[in-house]
Amino acid sequence: MTRNNEQFRVENLYLSFSTKRGIVQAVENVSFSLPRGKTMVLVGESGCGKTSLGRAILRLLPRNVKEYRGNVFLNGQDLMQLSNEKFRREVRWKKAAMVPQAAMNSLNPVIKVSEQVIEPLLRRETKREKAGAMKRAEEVFKLVGVPLDFLERYPFELSGGMRQRVILAMALITNPDIVVLDEPTSALDLLTQANIMNVLKRIKQEEGYTFILITHDIATSSELADLAGIMYAGQLVEFSEAYDLFREPLHPYSQKLMASVPSLKEEKKLEYLPGQPPSLLEPPRTCRFAERCPERFERCDEEPPMVEVKEGHQVKCWLYK
Amino acid sequence: MENKELLEVENLQTYFTLRKWGFLRVGEVKAVDGVDFELKKGEAVSIVGESGCGKSTLAKTILGLVEPTGGQVNFNGKTLDISDKKHLDWYRSKVGYIQQDPYGALPPFMTVRRILEEPMVINGIKDEKEREKRIHRALEDLKMTPVNEFINKFPHMLSGGQQQRIVIARSKILDPGLIVADEPVSMLDPSVRVEILELLKKLQDDYEMAVVYITHDLSTVRYFSERIFVMYGGKLIEKGPVEKILREAKHPYTKALLEAISDPDPENVKTFKKVPPGEPPSLANPPSGCRFHPRCPDFMEGKCEVEVPPEFILEDDQRVSCWLYEGED
Repeated sequence: MTRNNEQFRVENLYLSFSTKRGIVQAVENVSFSLPRGKTMVLVGESGCGKTSLGRAILRLLPRNVKEYRGNVFLNGQDLMQLSNEKFRREVRWKKAAMVPQAAMNSLNPVIKVSEQVIEPLLRRETKREKAGAMKRAEEVFKLVGVPLDFLERYPFELSGGMRQRVILAMALITNPDIVVLDEPTSALDLLTQANIMNVLKRIKQEEGYTFILITHDIATSSELADLAGIMYAGQLVEFSEAYDLFREPLHPYSQKLMASVPSLKEEKKLEYLPGQPPSLLEPPRTCRFAERCPERFERCDEEPPMVEVKEGHQVKCWLYK
Repeated sequence: MENKELLEVENLQTYFTLRKWGFLRVGEVKAVDGVDFELKKGEAVSIVGESGCGKSTLAKTILGLVEPTGGQVNFNGKTLDISDKKHLDWYRSKVGYIQQDPYGALPPFMTVRRILEEPMVINGIKDEKEREKRIHRALEDLKMTPVNEFINKFPHMLSGGQQQRIVIARSKILDPGLIVADEPVSMLDPSVRVEILELLKKLQDDYEMAVVYITHDLSTVRYFSERIFVMYGGKLIEKGPVEKILREAKHPYTKALLEAISDPDPENVKTFKKVPPGEPPSLANPPSGCRFHPRCPDFMEGKCEVEVPPEFILEDDQRVSCWLYEGED
């Protein structure tokens, strides 16, 4: 990956929460970098910290944060140096936007769609500003494939798929440099899901947006993935070009995960993982996956480093050291 | 073949009345509208459809939780009559139910033992040793071993996959002839999903139970059942053997569904999917004729929107409700 084309980079990001039962290490030492116009998918099972990572990027954090450190670079600027107020005013929703999970159900039912969509663009609510914002709203509505007369409707008049597109329009309206999509299609029906994936794919190709797609649905994520990262128990265990990761996963966890995905076209024997991921309350000092790993050996009692197997393909596993 | 039917569903209709101000009837939601199928002993079928197509209502009607508006459900040759309390009790002891959300389906204040014991207490298995034996066997069948480690736990102490196993154990504890599983794995992580499906499959084989597997996920169907029914707008529009449907789906809607499912293939990035426009129909006001006609790529004017297509029987017992196949049966 060339440096000058780089849009977004995360370095050694840590995020933990303090709870009554102790400290939950949700994100631990995550680093990756994403070139302009590419999409990275972040795959993992529930509770692996993928949503926390997404929210950490946008600094949408709950109150009980214990530790939040690392570096997040967007266009070369270190976002972690900014104060909360400055981050809110300059970055969030302007340069970095997010489509949160199940957001389509959080539209305000008594406010017209257009009013909600243009909100990120408004500062002083002057008439002229509003007119400009409406124009931009029309543009993004066209982009995501919502008929323009829907602007004047209320959210309850729209179907689930249309509402999801409206949410997407809301995230794109400020023309952000990076958009985090958290499970954008998981609450939708199959055909609607395929439709939304088509929209995202088209936007990506035509407008060159940079996306981070967080999902547990590996099959669907392959529709959009240029790069892929696999998360397990708060850590990024493998990160590479999507092509490599889907065809030849290296980490034992990624291999098992890929083998558990059913395929329509070919008949393959499905595998599953016995056991459960470790609790993030006091995660083991060993390799996090060691307990369930079929390839375990002595070294696994120590936490493995991120190993660069070849350019752009990193694995957190002793097998490749 | 005809004499071994375990479950026969004949022209089943379940309508819900829409009311205004609590008493004015303003219409009906035809959630299940003329469903026919039969199921042999020990057979597994999948009913596939999108949300709002009526598949959960169909499940509830088969379970006797909702009264059908028309048609009937025959189980072991007897017609289900939910107004007859005695008959209903017998029926419910013979038909198990696996709910979608395991956490919502398990009472949080009961231990695993109580949860599994309850159906037996209700159905008059008085011998405590027998009950204990069955609980142990059920837990062992579901690979919840060592049993003593789980038996005194409360649902919140278990993971999602373990909770779902308890739900399955409960549904089979009375050795029912039929289990209706309504999206049993859609709330679980993919790596757990496969294991649960395999366990369910094994139970089906070992105990010769028939299973109605209701899902929206066509890709798991192959690993589970022998036949698929595809549901759209309250009707079963295509029925047939799994391999046949996955390879040569006939109905345009089934084809669209298959097209919409992604395989985990990095090549997908390069292509767009052909997806029919629009949304599934409202069941309160469904389209005339074939319910798929407003979205259908093969729409034939003057035919599809006028008459409801009957079921055409093709090779290998593949049945499809679509005018395209008129005269081919």
